[in-house]
Amino acid sequence: MELTALVFLPAAAAVLILLLPQRYAKISKWIALAAAIAALVLSVVLFFSFEHGAGYQFVERYSWIQIAGFDIQYALGVDGLSLPLVVLTTFLTVAAVLVSFRINLRERAYFASLLVLATSVLGVFTALDFLMFFLFWELELFPMFLLITIWGSGRRDYSATKFVLYTLAGSAFMLVGILTLASSAGTFDLEILASSVFGSTMIPLSVVFAFLFVGFAVKLPIVPLHTWLPDAHSDAPTAVSVMLAGVLLKMGGYGIIRTCITILPDQAKDFDIVFATIGALSVLYGAFVTFRQTDVKRLIAYSSVSHMGLVLLGLSGLGVTGLAGATYQMLAHGLITGMLFVVIGLMYDRTHTREISQLGGLARQMPLLATGLVFAGFASVGLPSLAGFIAEITIFLGAFQAFEWAVILAIFGAVLSAGYILWTLQRVVFGPPKSEWDSLTDQNQWWEHVPVLGLAALIVLLGVYPAIITDMLNPTLEFVVARLSI
Amino acid sequence: MNPFELISPQLAILIGAGLILVYDAIFPKDNRYLPWMALAAIAVSVSFAISLAVRGEYHVGFEGTYSVDKFSVFFSVVFAGIGAAVVFASMNWVDRVGRRKSEYYALLLTATAGLMFLAGARDLITIFIALELSSIPQYILAGWGKDERSGESGLKYLLLGSIASALLLFGMALLYGLSGSTFVPEIATFIGENASDNRSLLILASTLIIAGFGFKMALVPFQMWVPDVYEGAPTPVAAFLSVGSKAAAFAVVLRIFFEGLNAEILSNDWAMIFAVLAAISMTVGNIFALVQSNIKRMLGYSSVAQAGNFAIGLAAIAVVGQEFTLAASAVLFFVVAYAFTNLAVFIAVIAISRHLESDDINAYEGLAKSAPLLALALGIGLISLTGIPPSAGFWAKLYIFNAAAQADLAWLVIVAVLNSVLAAFYYLRIVRLMFRNVEDQIGSAPFAIPKSIGFVLGITVLGVLVFGFFPTPIISVAREAAAIFSIG
Repeated sequence: MELTALVFLPAAAAVLILLLPQRYAKISKWIALAAAIAALVLSVVLFFSFEHGAGYQFVERYSWIQIAGFDIQYALGVDGLSLPLVVLTTFLTVAAVLVSFRINLRERAYFASLLVLATSVLGVFTALDFLMFFLFWELELFPMFLLITIWGSGRRDYSATKFVLYTLAGSAFMLVGILTLASSAGTFDLEILASSVFGSTMIPLSVVFAFLFVGFAVKLPIVPLHTWLPDAHSDAPTAVSVMLAGVLLKMGGYGIIRTCITILPDQAKDFDIVFATIGALSVLYGAFVTFRQTDVKRLIAYSSVSHMGLVLLGLSGLGVTGLAGATYQMLAHGLITGMLFVVIGLMYDRTHTREISQLGGLARQMPLLATGLVFAGFASVGLPSLAGFIAEITIFLGAFQAFEWAVILAIFGAVLSAGYILWTLQRVVFGPPKSEWDSLTDQNQWWEHVPVLGLAALIVLLGVYPAIITDMLNPTLEFVVARLSI
Repeated sequence: MNPFELISPQLAILIGAGLILVYDAIFPKDNRYLPWMALAAIAVSVSFAISLAVRGEYHVGFEGTYSVDKFSVFFSVVFAGIGAAVVFASMNWVDRVGRRKSEYYALLLTATAGLMFLAGARDLITIFIALELSSIPQYILAGWGKDERSGESGLKYLLLGSIASALLLFGMALLYGLSGSTFVPEIATFIGENASDNRSLLILASTLIIAGFGFKMALVPFQMWVPDVYEGAPTPVAAFLSVGSKAAAFAVVLRIFFEGLNAEILSNDWAMIFAVLAAISMTVGNIFALVQSNIKRMLGYSSVAQAGNFAIGLAAIAVVGQEFTLAASAVLFFVVAYAFTNLAVFIAVIAISRHLESDDINAYEGLAKSAPLLALALGIGLISLTGIPPSAGFWAKLYIFNAAAQADLAWLVIVAVLNSVLAAFYYLRIVRLMFRNVEDQIGSAPFAIPKSIGFVLGITVLGVLVFGFFPTPIISVAREAAAIFSIG
């Protein structure tokens, strides 16, 4: 019951908001906030009552559609891999709702879409049935489409369509993979699939693996399937960027671990070199392209490509260390990039520009926001004692034995990332203050302080006390790796 | 039991059609009640059909040529529902045309009864007569509008439809010549024993029959009429063609092929024909839909592409008990999901075009502002056609793709999923246009949605959503209905 409540709480609040009469539209943000906080509290309670060990907990299973050949369960559950991601999602949902408090265009539809988005992501992280997983995976498209089309800026139509088409194209392949596995194993149950041996399938298993991988890789995203991400980010409203970078990308990494590697370990061993190559390529390419960006949000988007490449690199090690590093990187990147987008969004609300050349010297006019940006920037570079550092080190350790060259390339990319972040900070925050920004206020609303401080606190927490995650994560990953070594 | 009780659902509708004409002859001035009489006839018909099912009166009558089984009851109810929805959707339009109202409803009812006969017919001659009973009223209805376009569309539909009927008759004649019977179960027995001797002729017969029904289904290469007729015909009639007529063709094809021509030696061949037609229809339909600027033409091509999706189910036949039913039930579920979805889309388009007085897709820009509920309804319909959850269309696609995967048709599944990406492009283009923020309102006059249209639009959209969240009831009904095809 707990997980059902958690997953559908935001959606229920969305329905409530949509039913509000026009004259009460102003309270929709409060309903959204209440639902998001309730979900956060519930997920934190689950986090601390989770008993460390492999296997799913808080499992709920009901038969949904019972037909031979199309047997679908309503099955939810969390393990050490998904639970941290669930908490990340609920946390960032609260942050996303808060930074949206300024929205005054069609508020009801906006907050309803945002909450449905949260439900779909939570569903992806908790579904134990492959078809349910797919259902939630696709459910995310429509709210995202609306959020970018209606509340976006710039070429939002183009970006929204591109986002949907890229995801749909990826998930089309994923669906073929899912149906192939299911028709061979006779079930969509992820737990049973994870211990199945597949006989003859209608397409070879390595192709199935590739299909599933493409579906997730589009979302991750990898070079060269990444071009939707900068477009979506630069045209999306702040909260959507936070959700997109913070949790939507993680669905890709999660899917690769949960399905590709766990269900098809033999194929994963053949594909590790692909992981390493694409991972290193994404890290480097993302870093190089980041240098050329003039729009702050596009810049962070490309740095995301680079950082998510590290996730793939961590996976290529196919060991507990690498997988743990990859998962940790997803969490760290979710928090750090989430914070970057929050701060940039708040700056944009004031200056109404994201062009780096027009900004500058903001440290003087907006000391708090500038501090936030510097903090998140350093976290993104991988400063020790902050979350990103632990993730990167673990990934490099985990992948080094298998693919020395890829790690060396990636470390070079990490150095580049220090370069572009520091250069950006220098141009945006430091330097002579510009007079046109003199009249602007600093971060001054409680709903601006809370997400920034909360994200910063978590980044520090994960940086100094990684055991809070790794103790939970490792038993699950050991189980995955045990299957790899059979 | 009295054989006339078996066809009581059809009789109710036909008597209703007769009464409408008589009433109009007696009270020519007072035509307010005509649509309600039509709806009453349909309601009586549905209650008869359900009562047959509830009492378990599954029999064959008329020397075995007509069968009441779960399959035919299923389709009878579906067609009655489609008929009722189209009556609701027509009311406002018919009032505005303002002439020969009684004939319009009588023809619509007759066509509906014809479709219902098709679902239960088990004899080639009965099938053909039922087909003509439903087709001839539709030819007339397609030309019902006042403008030249509508006349052209009626004529085009009639001419091409006649060619299709001729092809169908050739195929049926061949089957009869080979097997010596027009009775589907007897044909099945004959083929079970002699298929290998007459294989090439049987394939020719199958091909001709597929061509004949392919016209009604709107499969490529029998789709030429679709965009012109959809564009020219009155929109409620186009809705009827795109949902009712298409579903009936699939019902008959299921009956002929899954019951009559199901010998394994033959089924692999025609399954391959359907697979190829499915792939071509989806691809051609989607590519042409991409470049349309008139929404009705776009819906025409989209209906061609959707026919391809249906045909996947026919291709996914594998002559082994369970999976056999899986493919058939997938088609049945698709019929229901598609009926709700496409009716919702067409009815929303009726309401919107009525206000905008244009079928140009670009005129839909900013519609969400002037008519938020209509835009939402059309949006949900288009989402369902795309196959994105939570909508009935998502499950329909998933179910039918799964059936194909179970039948090891990997290539077809891949073609199908890629096509659904292509389709997303033009479906979502409309959603995007509607939800775009426009500075100045184009249609400043508030949208007036006629009550009848609002009501039926609400019902269909609700159906799309409810079956999107809870597909189980329809899936189990579809499975029950498809179980008549399970052998052994």
